[in-house]
Formats: sequence, C-alpha cells, structure tokens
Amino acid sequence: MSRQTRTQQTSDFDDVDAAVANPNRTVLELDDVSKDYGHEVAVENLSLDVKDGELLTLLGPSGCGKTTTLRMIAGLERPSDGQISIADEVIADGTSFRKPEERNVGIVFQDYALFPHLTVAENIAFGLTEMAEDAVGERVDELLELVDLSDHHDKMPSQLSGGQQQRVALARSLAPEPDVLLLDEPFSNLDVRLRVEMREEVRKILKRAGVTAISVTHDQEEALSISDRVAIMNDGTIAQIGDPAEVFENPESRFVASFLGQASFLSARVTSDVIETGLGSFDVELLNGPVEAYNGAMVDVLVRPDDLQAMPTNESKADGYVVHRQYNGPSFVYRVELHSGDVVHCMHNHVETFEPGQPVEVDLVADHDLAWYPTE
Amino acid sequence: MGTKDRYERLREQATTSERDSSPHTLLAVVSLAISLLLLAPLVWIFLRAGEIEFARAVELLTSDTTVSVTLNTLALVTGVTFASILIGVPLAILTAQTDLPFKRFWTITSALPLVVPSYIGAFAFVSAFGPRGVLADLLSPLGIEQIPTIYGLHGAILVLTLFTYPYVFLTTRASLLSFDGTVVEAARTLNHTRWEAFRRVTLPQIAPGIAAGALLVALYALSDFGTPAIMQYDVFTRMIYNEFGARRLDYASVLSMLLLVMALGILAVESRLSAGRDGAYVSSGSRRPGLIRLGYWKGPALLFCGAIASLCLVLPIGILLQWLLRSGTGYSGGGFAFEASYAWNSVGLAAAAAAICVVAALPIAYLAARGTSGISSLPERATYVGYAVPGVVLGLALVYLGLRYVPFLYQSVILLVFAYVIRFLPQAVGTTESSILQVDPQYIEAARSLGYHPLSAFRKVVLPLVAPGIAAGAALVFLTTMKELPATLMLRPTGFETFVTYIWLVQGAGYYGQAAVPALVLVGLSGLSMLVILRREDTS
Repeated sequence: MSRQTRTQQTSDFDDVDAAVANPNRTVLELDDVSKDYGHEVAVENLSLDVKDGELLTLLGPSGCGKTTTLRMIAGLERPSDGQISIADEVIADGTSFRKPEERNVGIVFQDYALFPHLTVAENIAFGLTEMAEDAVGERVDELLELVDLSDHHDKMPSQLSGGQQQRVALARSLAPEPDVLLLDEPFSNLDVRLRVEMREEVRKILKRAGVTAISVTHDQEEALSISDRVAIMNDGTIAQIGDPAEVFENPESRFVASFLGQASFLSARVTSDVIETGLGSFDVELLNGPVEAYNGAMVDVLVRPDDLQAMPTNESKADGYVVHRQYNGPSFVYRVELHSGDVVHCMHNHVETFEPGQPVEVDLVADHDLAWYPTE
Repeated sequence: MGTKDRYERLREQATTSERDSSPHTLLAVVSLAISLLLLAPLVWIFLRAGEIEFARAVELLTSDTTVSVTLNTLALVTGVTFASILIGVPLAILTAQTDLPFKRFWTITSALPLVVPSYIGAFAFVSAFGPRGVLADLLSPLGIEQIPTIYGLHGAILVLTLFTYPYVFLTTRASLLSFDGTVVEAARTLNHTRWEAFRRVTLPQIAPGIAAGALLVALYALSDFGTPAIMQYDVFTRMIYNEFGARRLDYASVLSMLLLVMALGILAVESRLSAGRDGAYVSSGSRRPGLIRLGYWKGPALLFCGAIASLCLVLPIGILLQWLLRSGTGYSGGGFAFEASYAWNSVGLAAAAAAICVVAALPIAYLAARGTSGISSLPERATYVGYAVPGVVLGLALVYLGLRYVPFLYQSVILLVFAYVIRFLPQAVGTTESSILQVDPQYIEAARSLGYHPLSAFRKVVLPLVAPGIAAGAALVFLTTMKELPATLMLRPTGFETFVTYIWLVQGAGYYGQAAVPALVLVGLSGLSMLVILRREDTS
C-alpha cells in the first residue's frame, strides 16, 4: 500500500486522516471466522470489516474472544473455520494459512515485548530487514520523531518508563508499514493518569501514520474515547458494532447496555400513548424506535445514572428510598430502591449529600430517547 | 532464573527496609570468622609454593611435564565444555520449545546423568569399551581383536561430557523457560521466520544461561580427579595425586597453585557473568512461546534424545547390574569383601559434615540475605571459593597442614570432615540463603503489627518457612559427601574404608564385580540429592 509522506504537524488537533489514500477501501475482512480449542469455543462465526485508516476497537469482558480474534489476524493462531483477508488477499481460510511473518500485520503487545537485548533504535529497526542500511537509519529517526523519542535512540528498553516503552513498541510495529496494526490491551500496563494521556497520544500517532488499526480492550472508557468504531464482543461473537456514541446511546441488547456504563433497567407497561413506571407515567415517544407491537406488554427501559435525579421528600410522596451512596470524587451515585421493586442509580453533584434511608422522589431528566428491551 | 528475579526483588526490599544494625555486627563477625577458618588451608598452597627457591620454581613451572600437563588440562576442559554445549543446548531446546513427544520423560532423562558420579561412569565405560571389556568380548568371536582404546583424552572427554552436560542443559532450559515468549511473536509479526527469530531474539537472550552452564562444566572438568585418573590421562589433578603419593610435595604444590589459579579464573568469569545478568533483561511478560513443530525432524530428534539417554544412563547402570549378576574371575575377587562398617563410616562422615555445614551456613546465609552493605555478602562469597577448589588441592593442603601444625589431627576423621565442610558449605549456604530470601521481610512486619515480639515473630513465621531450605541444604551436603572421592582418599585414616574408597580399591585391583553394590548405592543416593534439588526448584 502506498502512503503519502508523513506530515510533520505539531498541532494537538491533527486528528485528521491525513495519510489515508482511500478511506472507503476495506483493508481487513473477517468472514464467518471461528476458533475452538477442543470443546471450548473461543470465537464463533465472527464477521467484520475494517476500512483503510480506521481505528476499530474490540471491546468485551475477559474471555469473550477478543484477544483470540486479534491473534488470528496476526497469524499467531489458526482459525478453525472461516476466512480472513487483508488488502483483498486471503491470508487464512479452511485450507491455506499464511505465517505471521508473511502477513504484513504489526502488533503492539500488552506488555510491549520489546527485545531486552537491543537498544531503542535496534528494536525499531528490527523489522526493516530488506532496507539499505542508511535508509533504515532514516526510517528509525523518522519514527522516533513520530513518537517523540528522538533523545532515546541508544537507550535500552529497561531504561525507559512504561509510556516510553509503549511508544517504542508502537514505532517498532509501524516501521515496516504494516497493512494492519493490532494493539492488544495497549494501555493496561500503564497507571491511570498516564493511560488517559497515552490514549490521546496513541490515537494521534496512529492517525498521523494513517495506519489501519484494531485495538482490543476491556476498558469501555478507553474504547469509546479512542475508536472510530467499537465492536462489543460477548461469548465469541460481536454483540454490536458501530460509532461509539451510537453504541453507547442505543445499545441493541441488554448485554451491551450493561457493559457500557452503569446501567439500570426500569420496568414499564406500554399503553398506546404512555408508559407506566415506578417513577410515574411518561409519553411513549420517550422510547426509542417503534414500540406499537408491545402495546399492553412490559418492557425494560434503560436508564443511566445521569438520566435520573433524586430529590429528598417525605414518605408519602416518595418513589423509593436511598439504599447506598457511592462517592466518586466529583460526584455521588445513589442507589435507590423504588417501591415498584426496581433498583436505579442517580448521579449527583458532590455537594448534594443524602443519607441512606432517605425517602426520595426520582425524576427522569434525560433529554434523549431511551433504549428499551422486551421484558424477558 | 525466574526465581532468581524474585530473589533479587526480595533482596532489594530487604535492603531498603529499615532495621537496626547491632545484631548484624555480631553476625558479621561470626560469619567472617567461619569463612576465614575455611579459607586458611588454601593459603598454605601459596605459602608452600613460596618456600621454593626462585630458580627451582621457574624450573618446575617451565619443565616439559608442567607444560604438557597444562596443555592436556586445557584440551580436556575445552573439549568437555564444547561437547557439553553441543549436547546440552539442543536437548534444552527440544524439551522446552518443541512438540517433541514425551517431553517430560526426556527432560528427566536429560538431567539425570548428573546423578552418576563421573568416576563410576568412567569405570563403566572402561568396563564396556576397554580391553577385555564387554564390547571386546562381543566382538572377539567375530574375529575383531583390536578396538580403539577408550583410554586417553577422547575417553576422558567422552565420559566427562556425558555426565556433566546436564549443567548446560539445566541452565539453558531455565533461561528458555523464563524467557518471555511474546518477544518471539513480536519478531514474527516483524517479518522474521521462526529460525530468524530464534537467531536474533532467543539466542542472544539465552546466551548467558548457556555460558553459565558451560562454566560450571569447565570448572567440573578442571577439578575432576576420578575420570582422568581412570582414563590414564595426565592432567593437573592426576599429577598432583601422583606427586602426593610419591611424597614430592613441592612439585605438587606448584601444580596445585596453577590449578587453583585456573579454577579461580573460571569462577571469576562466572561471577562477573551472573552479576551482569542481574536485571539486565527485563521481560515482564510470561506467555510461553508457541511450540516449534518438528515435523520430519521428530524422528531424528527422538533418536538423539534416546542415544544420549542410552549412553548416560542405560549403559552405566546396565554395566553395574551386569557386574552384580555375573560372577567370574575379574568380577568378584578374594580378599576384597565389603564390610558393613564401610557403609557406616560413609554415613557417619556425611552426617557430621551435614550437621556442621548447616550450623555454619545459617549466620553466613542470613547475613548475605538480609545484610545492608556490600561487605555482608563477603563471607558468602568467600565460602564459594571452597566450592571451586579441586578436592585434590584441598586434600593436599590439609595433609600438609596436618603434618606440620596439628599432627594429632593428621589422618584423623576430624580433618576429613573439615575438608568436606570447606568443599560443601556453599551448598548449605545456597539453599539456606534462598529460603531466607523467600521470606518476605514484610511477614515479620505483619506479625509484629499483629502483636508479636520480633523474636517470637521470627520463631512463628520465619523459622517454619526457612526450615525446609535448611533441611534441603543438610540433605545435599550429606549426599555429596557420600560420593566425594579425592579428599577422602588423601585424608582418611589408614585402614579407614568408606563406600568410595572401597570402590576405588577394587576398581584399581580390577575386581569390578565387588564395586557393583556400593556403586549402585551411590548412584541411588545421588538420585536422591537430585530429587532434593528438583523439589526445591518446584517450590520456589
């Protein structure tokens, strides 16, 4: 794949796909891919495609098959079934299997896997075996500049901090210009503060390099904040894939809803024009999508802590009472048990302090449509 | 090496946490006294050599004999070291990183030759391949009268290699296992084939492990007395023993000094190597590298493992069993009957050495593990010098010291036990120290925070955790003392026989059959000591 010369932008806002030739071209395609280890199915009939320059994140709880998927793309695992292609070339199917070294796929490992016996520069140059020596030197310098480590050319990996090691790992895997770059839990070894910083940094580097990338994580905040698209995985399949905001606001399943953010469900009876809940009745328009088919039936409405507000009141007017208080620093999240039996969460500013046992009236303050699921 | 990393971490914790220093001063004085006492006999070698007139010393050092013995020794050490790498490294890779069938079995058989004392291996090989040996007996009906002689350099290299290569095997295997497999995957995603990844990533990282094992082999080959003696190959150890027998102590001391210098040289390289290794390669990952599929190579690989196991285990044990079962002239002889008292002598000596070593090791090990300054590891290092001193040299030093300064101890059991303590104390120090290091200093802090007095915290928490290490050290010293050959030969009281001296006696007289039972017992005992070591590695 040809790429334009890397732009030397220094702005913090160069989040543009500067180096991508054709953003609509599919670079990576997984078609009905499965992987089992004996009786245990790790990945089941998974299909996925990733466009040129796109950053897709596979998000899911541990054991959902996301890392296996990544390793199959890299060629470190063999799919049991299905087909994987990169840049329109089949690299693995039922009969053929291309080895990792013949795939043009880069990978940034969870613990970076830097070669401890080589310097930073030698690590980055490691994959540049078919280049002339001075070209290698130039390419290494260029990458060191890209990841902002030009001063660390001759250091050993053990002399670098976690964030620096990660940037070296990134530079090393970008050096041979891979068609696809894979990132395996890239931020899990960093402390919380650095993690947030490196998220922005890595996204910037990937976008500047214009590389197509797939990241794997179990951290929903990370997935939502760095990705162009997010694929939520559960039990070896993709539960939902899409733009981060769309997935967060319209989770297609109860699993996705509860995996993203602190989800509570409000049971509601649907009538022709209103829904009746433990918090009172609301216009049926508040529900997202057509609901006519469920007229007269019970549904569960997704409410997140920021959708609700609790107000202290007396016993007679209360919808329920506070059963737990969780202090997060800037905010409190109160767990409220409603008289209807539902348990919901309400988020409040840190100055609003209620004691457990306090009777409260709960208001629905959401200014967006609410997702809902038929009651099981 | 994985455990080593953990020790290093704990050692750092130990040195950074606060503690008062007064008990350490006492500990340091005791430890230093012990190590000085142990090192004192070695000083004699230098003193004795210094007594020789300069012109005479030069004459001795440059004599044809000295030069040829030096070259012989170098040839033996080099040959054994390289041959051990050639056998040990492939076996380690096969058992650690490939889909070789029955890997656990081959791992055990590859390590097991260590349990055969090399002089017993040498007997067995001479008996199998020597003149009038098993092979000659088999071939003579076919009209083959002459077979290449087993004696000499190649025989000594063959035998020493077969029974010492496991050092290389074990250290290489350990570095392969502790090595982070994701870096191999990283290399492969950076367009390297499996072989290129091995060459550029794996090999540089396991090289220190290979070198550590190779140096152990070199040290062993340099100091071994039994094998070259049986193979009738003139190296330092054999010459020193012969000069000692002929009561030419000044030449023996010159040769001893040369041998000692070479041994210390190897030890110095080893310690520098292990110092450089500490924390040099930080790999945080723990994923095992994917197994290499052998494919068509499976057959040859199995053949290789099988051939080595046959030569190292099946052959010598088979020969011993054959000695046991066959009774003819040359196999069982008159006048050399084994007496039960020999066994009791061996056991008594070994038990005494083990008890003294454990007591002497405790302060030294504790100081090295918990000490704060560089000096605190000095006594520990000093004891390791005893480990490098060839038994022949130590025997000679103690004979001379006994004769000159403590005649009432000369040819006494006390002097012999002292020799064992000097040689094998490092084993007790090593196991004790590693078990002390495994006790996180925070355990004591935790116990104290739960209301225990420091001393009762030590008794309740540290002692139970350290006890198995101390016991293992005692067992190791006991078992290695049982099979020690040269110092026993040189220092035992006249007429005092043990398993080892008895085997040596009947072997020298050609009555192999008589040696079968004690030799099998020694192999069995060495097997036990191996078990002790492996058990400790499993738990740490």
